[in-house]
Amino acid sequence: MSVSVRDAWTLIHGMTFGALFLLAYAGGIAELISLRYEDVNSPSAAQRVKRLKLGTTVMAAVAWLTVITGTWIPYVWYRAKVPTSPRSFLLSDPATAGWHKFGMEWKEHVAWLAPILATVVAYLVYYFGRRLVREEKIRQVAMVMYNLAFVTAAVAGLFGALITKAAPIK
Amino acid sequence: MSSVTKETISYDAQAETSSLPMGPAAAAILAGGIGSAWYGLMVLLSEASKGFGNLLNFYKPVGPLSGKTIVGVAGFLLVWLVLGNLWKGKDVKLNRVWPIALALIIVGLVFTFPPFFELFAE
Repeated sequence: MSVSVRDAWTLIHGMTFGALFLLAYAGGIAELISLRYEDVNSPSAAQRVKRLKLGTTVMAAVAWLTVITGTWIPYVWYRAKVPTSPRSFLLSDPATAGWHKFGMEWKEHVAWLAPILATVVAYLVYYFGRRLVREEKIRQVAMVMYNLAFVTAAVAGLFGALITKAAPIK
Repeated sequence: MSSVTKETISYDAQAETSSLPMGPAAAAILAGGIGSAWYGLMVLLSEASKGFGNLLNFYKPVGPLSGKTIVGVAGFLLVWLVLGNLWKGKDVKLNRVWPIALALIIVGLVFTFPPFFELFAE
């Protein structure tokens, strides 16, 4: 049962950061939604905002780490100009070419929208703090951007998992 | 002791709940939109023109994605910096900024979708 350096980085990029991202998203979106029921002066509002700051910060940070590690580490091995690289393998057969031409091309590009959007949301949470309870429009904007960040990352994560199954990095 | 604590909590709550200018928030939101569209444009242009793609090939093992992402993120941060300074302390109408930002985010999503950018592939 050995794990190579390449396996380790693929795991870190996909599963470690992916799991953290999902947890942070779930916590953040729950707190954003429940803020509407709060009283701006209540201690529980302060607690919610504190957790929201943590959730959105972790989500943004993990999103950046995911795309940076993914682009500059496993992607290099994925696209290496050798016949045994996953890219070469997938493109060698019309039956599997779609995994690269659609799956990987979509994943590698759309993923970078996630940290941009997540960072904006984290900023809004820090800027408004407890005032988020009263700022309904800002909460709505934050929720839309937060969900879009999640969807783009989910697409990237899904195709990453499927492509790794079809053509693992060795 | 408890009355001093209550006053302190009341003062903190007031300080944290008074209105803030919308400018900096609007700047971040619009920068998110412009950044998304700008990055999407880098993807689209590099597919449409091999020459442009080669210009973005900052690091060969990563290929043009290296330049697309660096230029894309740099654009997002630069726009945020500029808008943040322009709108600092100002009250900007969120109802004007948000639809534009959302439309630009959708542009970014469309431009990074392979069936779309491959329509322009050289």
